[in-house]
Amino acid sequence: MAVAASRRLHDGTVCFVGIGLPSKAANLARATHAPGCVLIYESGTIGAKPLNLPLSIGDGELAETADAVVGVPEIFAYWLQAGRIDVGFLGAAQIDRHGNLNSTVIGDYDHPRVRLPGGGGAPEIAASCKETLVILKQSPRTFVERLDFRTSVGFGDGPGSRERLGLRGRGVTAVITDLGELEPDPETCELTLARIHPGVTVEQATAATGWPLGVRADIEQSTPPSERELEALRALRTADEREPAG
Amino acid sequence: MAEIVTLEEGIAELVSDGDTVALEGFTHLIPHAAGHELIRQGRRGLTLIRLTPDVIYDQLIGAGCAAKLVFSWGGNPGVGSLHRLREAVEHGWPEPLELEEHSHAGMAAAYAAGAASLPFAVLRGYAGTDLPGHTTVRFIDCPFTGERLAAVRALRPDVGIVHAQRADRQGNVQLWGISGVQKEAVLASARSLVTVEEIVDELEPVPGAIILPGWVVTAVAAAPGGAHPSYVHGYYERDNAFYMRWDAISRDREVFGEWIREHVLEAAG
Repeated sequence: MAVAASRRLHDGTVCFVGIGLPSKAANLARATHAPGCVLIYESGTIGAKPLNLPLSIGDGELAETADAVVGVPEIFAYWLQAGRIDVGFLGAAQIDRHGNLNSTVIGDYDHPRVRLPGGGGAPEIAASCKETLVILKQSPRTFVERLDFRTSVGFGDGPGSRERLGLRGRGVTAVITDLGELEPDPETCELTLARIHPGVTVEQATAATGWPLGVRADIEQSTPPSERELEALRALRTADEREPAG
Repeated sequence: MAEIVTLEEGIAELVSDGDTVALEGFTHLIPHAAGHELIRQGRRGLTLIRLTPDVIYDQLIGAGCAAKLVFSWGGNPGVGSLHRLREAVEHGWPEPLELEEHSHAGMAAAYAAGAASLPFAVLRGYAGTDLPGHTTVRFIDCPFTGERLAAVRALRPDVGIVHAQRADRQGNVQLWGISGVQKEAVLASARSLVTVEEIVDELEPVPGAIILPGWVVTAVAAAPGGAHPSYVHGYYERDNAFYMRWDAISRDREVFGEWIREHVLEAAG
């Protein structure tokens, strides 16, 4: 997943990154084909170049290697809201066919089965980045017919929704999963299977989706990770993995 | 001029039961020692404000200090859930916890409005999400362009508490590295307490540092190590192992209670 996501970043792409797989993918891109990829973490670090993968979005290494460090009101207002970010990376607990995301609660809001951390930066990342990439393991529990809570907007209720809501970015351009990659249909804005990973069948992908998943006529096979990508991936470690156990 | 106090005096003088209190610090400079002092002094019914309630708010909530939480992301960064926060929300233990839930962008703007003494802030946000039902956002039309924008009510805490690297004896505070919303939280609050690693005779300039003049701060208290397990740029690093250990400590009421007794209640202030 990290490899597939990293390939969607280009040299010079300005990228708003969260912790976990997004951070791994963005740093992998920087270590391989896109050394000039600009990483922005919501802690206010612009152009961070960490050697270790950070455990939190505010690790000291991000501040030390950044081109600039700004406050949180500034990162969201001057940088994200102003439309200066090319790609925003998001994960979630649930996604629907229009790429809307839930990272707030499973179950009823007032009596939740699972209280999740909440939106954080996600609602405005999904609104204002020029495009949004979602990284998420595919299963019927996460790819659902109906979200329990809409934390971030993909294509809302379908074509025209983003324009009506005044959202300036293009919305979700790809959902990268452990089985393949989904892309929105240009007319219906519905996520359809566009690429499948080696060894995975279309049936597996449709079975792991809670809505009747459309399959693109020109569906492609993903290129397996190259030696260079795998080597770079192995070299990326979180800061805590480098410390002696404590 | 800010009064130089002990941490115990600072919390006792500035924070009362039922107050609205913001302890800020974005991963860096989180005021853990001040949070522990709130638990030791047994504050109850607090409305706690914070963008990223993490381990220190999990402790405050689990210890029964909070009645309401105003927040935008509540988790243990890079690790997972906050189990005390979840238990309060999912099971009302030890107290039911009312939630007012924002996005980071909305809360940051609301603090900035509070610091500017404006009644609300304007941003492009919240549109199309289910969040407006659980927060104080309204939608307004721009008087110049007609664009539909979100308005969030300014945050005006009774008390703002932050941690910084150092202060001088007049209470001028110097803070550098990732600065989060600390300046806004102090300026938005009616009263403020800054805990610092050290109090020095003279503040040496540091590139990019923020200065909070002593005349906008109510009290300053020395609390060396007061951000641990978070970190203080130039002083000590983040204790990542503690954040991972917290997952197991906080999972169980008994283990949590034991930890609070040993490390907070029976620990010197």
